[in-house]
Amino acid sequence: MSFWKKLKPTFLNYPVADKNSAKLPFDVRRIWFFTVCLISLVSIGPLVSLAVFDYTVTKADTEKEIRLHMQRQVDHIAGTVSFFLEEKKTALAYILNANSFADLNNKVHLAEILKSLQHSAGGFIDLGLIDSSGKQLQYVGPYDLEGKNYRNKKWCKQVREGKDKVFISDIFLGYRNVPHHIIAIKQDLPGGSFFILRATMDTEKFKRLLSLMKMHKTRDAFLINHQGIIQTPTLIHGVALDQIHLSIPADKEEPQVFEEVCEHGDTLVIGLDYIPNSPYILMILQEKDELMEVWLKTRWIILGILFAGIFVILFVIIHVANYLINIICKESQKTMLVLSEVEHSSKMASIGRLAAGVAHEINNPLAIINEKAGLMKDLFTYKDEYAEDPKLMGLIDSVLHSVERCAGITKRLLSFSRNLDVTIQTVNLHAVIDDVLGFLHKEAEYRSINVTVDVAEDVPNFETDRGKLQQILVNLTNNAFAAVEDEGHLDIIARCQNNKDITIKITDDGCGIPPKNIKRIFDPFFSTKTESGGTGLGLSIIYGLALELGGKIEVESTEGKGSTFTVTLPIKKGENEKPPTDERSWDYSDPV
Amino acid sequence: MKILLVDDEKDIVSTLAERLALRGIEAAWVTSGEEALQILETEKFDLAILDVKMPVMNGLELQKKMNERHKDLKCLFLTSRGAEEALEPGAYLAGKENYLSKPIKIDVLIKKMEEALKQ
Repeated sequence: MSFWKKLKPTFLNYPVADKNSAKLPFDVRRIWFFTVCLISLVSIGPLVSLAVFDYTVTKADTEKEIRLHMQRQVDHIAGTVSFFLEEKKTALAYILNANSFADLNNKVHLAEILKSLQHSAGGFIDLGLIDSSGKQLQYVGPYDLEGKNYRNKKWCKQVREGKDKVFISDIFLGYRNVPHHIIAIKQDLPGGSFFILRATMDTEKFKRLLSLMKMHKTRDAFLINHQGIIQTPTLIHGVALDQIHLSIPADKEEPQVFEEVCEHGDTLVIGLDYIPNSPYILMILQEKDELMEVWLKTRWIILGILFAGIFVILFVIIHVANYLINIICKESQKTMLVLSEVEHSSKMASIGRLAAGVAHEINNPLAIINEKAGLMKDLFTYKDEYAEDPKLMGLIDSVLHSVERCAGITKRLLSFSRNLDVTIQTVNLHAVIDDVLGFLHKEAEYRSINVTVDVAEDVPNFETDRGKLQQILVNLTNNAFAAVEDEGHLDIIARCQNNKDITIKITDDGCGIPPKNIKRIFDPFFSTKTESGGTGLGLSIIYGLALELGGKIEVESTEGKGSTFTVTLPIKKGENEKPPTDERSWDYSDPV
Repeated sequence: MKILLVDDEKDIVSTLAERLALRGIEAAWVTSGEEALQILETEKFDLAILDVKMPVMNGLELQKKMNERHKDLKCLFLTSRGAEEALEPGAYLAGKENYLSKPIKIDVLIKKMEEALKQ
């Protein structure tokens, strides 16, 4: 909450300017929004573009790299498997060349050959000699398979009928019921007959070879045959002799790498190569996420830096925008206040000149009425021939009284019209207060407002600008009249303090000021009466006037009970060591 | 005590002269500065009451011209502006007590006249 408060521009707390009171000559919110958006765009835009560019390029590169790596591995392992099979084939071919049928048909000799093979090449489990009918003539090895007939076995048929002399089988169970595979070589005999030398190979060798590839968590390497039957154990893709559930593309010259989504929903990178001259296909596969792990880690770091950067940039931009726009607002408010004051002064000057002109023009005819009526009264008084008539005397007195009232009005008008220039003169406070109240006494009578004036005897005549003092007092008494109900009270109390200052307290028992407004009542444009035409300038202007006169205005108020405005003015202007400071906030701080 | 009243408003000065006469004060009246200077050639006055604002020659100019020849002639001024209003440079210096705002009260005028003559 407090963090949001820090980010929130304080000028937003100010009421929205409406058509009745244009507070600023521009739309602050729009400027703020535009500034923040524009700066954010030009600073964050390139950053985001760079991040996106880097993201796509490094992703494509990494993918390319892992495909290449996979291809190399598949190529390497396929070569090793192929070499392994070639080695065994060559060994068997050599035995056939070096030994005659009769030699091989000797069980002791065959056992020696097996022993020698196991010792030199390794991986041989047993050896069998099979005649053209498919009967096993000799067998050396751990199983009891001598005399078995393989005529109906698939592999035997293929060897007997096949064109190729060398045959490598898939993994199968056979008579021994253990997964194994064989290498069989057909050897022709004179007279059109033939025999077959068959060797059973240890599948453990394959497993060991492929297990070297299974160093990674999700990497799997195994052999399948061309029909998709699994030949060596896998991690999760099925056991030996199961059907694999992945697509098998046709043979190509080079190892193939492709991606496929497996049944668990993970994307697999699959490397595949057909082992030449064998029924096997080598398959190496690994989850893409594991392969891309390094890139993924980098991606999170880059994203982290990106978002942290964006956050910091936005934070700074908003702060700077708030700061600058608050300054602009503050300065604009000051300028507008000055302009308003000038406008106000100019208006007052026009009214003053008009009033002075009217008063001046009226005073001469009034003087004539006064003199004529005066003469009539004199005649009644001094001349016997104009017999004294009480009724006529009464009428003349009434005329004279009215003239006196008119003269009072013109005198006050003239007095108020003098408010324009700063003219420091010695002023009698009582007279000023009487002048001010002179304008309001009729309203006070109509509304039965009880006005009391208490100017202490020790309050001396003092030096100040009479017009400005009048303006201050008229404004404050007017406000008080607006605040009080009919039959309310208004007290004006003036006291002298330390022979230095004069304090004038204007106390009313009106509606008072709510605590949340009291700090801001002297702020320019702060008004609770905007709907009824208040400009929010009255108190602000007289606050400024009091400062000009070297004094100050303070306020105390209790909502519902009334307010007291205290005007303090120096007896001699410029005597105060420290001139009072402008304590208005000039700020859009939160309303209390 | 002989008084000279000068004001461009004939109704004011003539009536005022009559009222003063009723109170035993001899008063002559004229309606311009020139006439005032003329009458001063032939008659002697103790006090002149001058309107400040008059066409051709205003009250203050008239006072200056009158004092050139008649140094001991005292003057009071009538103004249709407020008594505190300084109309012309120097008028304020002449002292507020010499000024009377229109419309005037006859008693106040007589009191001021007596004060002026005592000085």
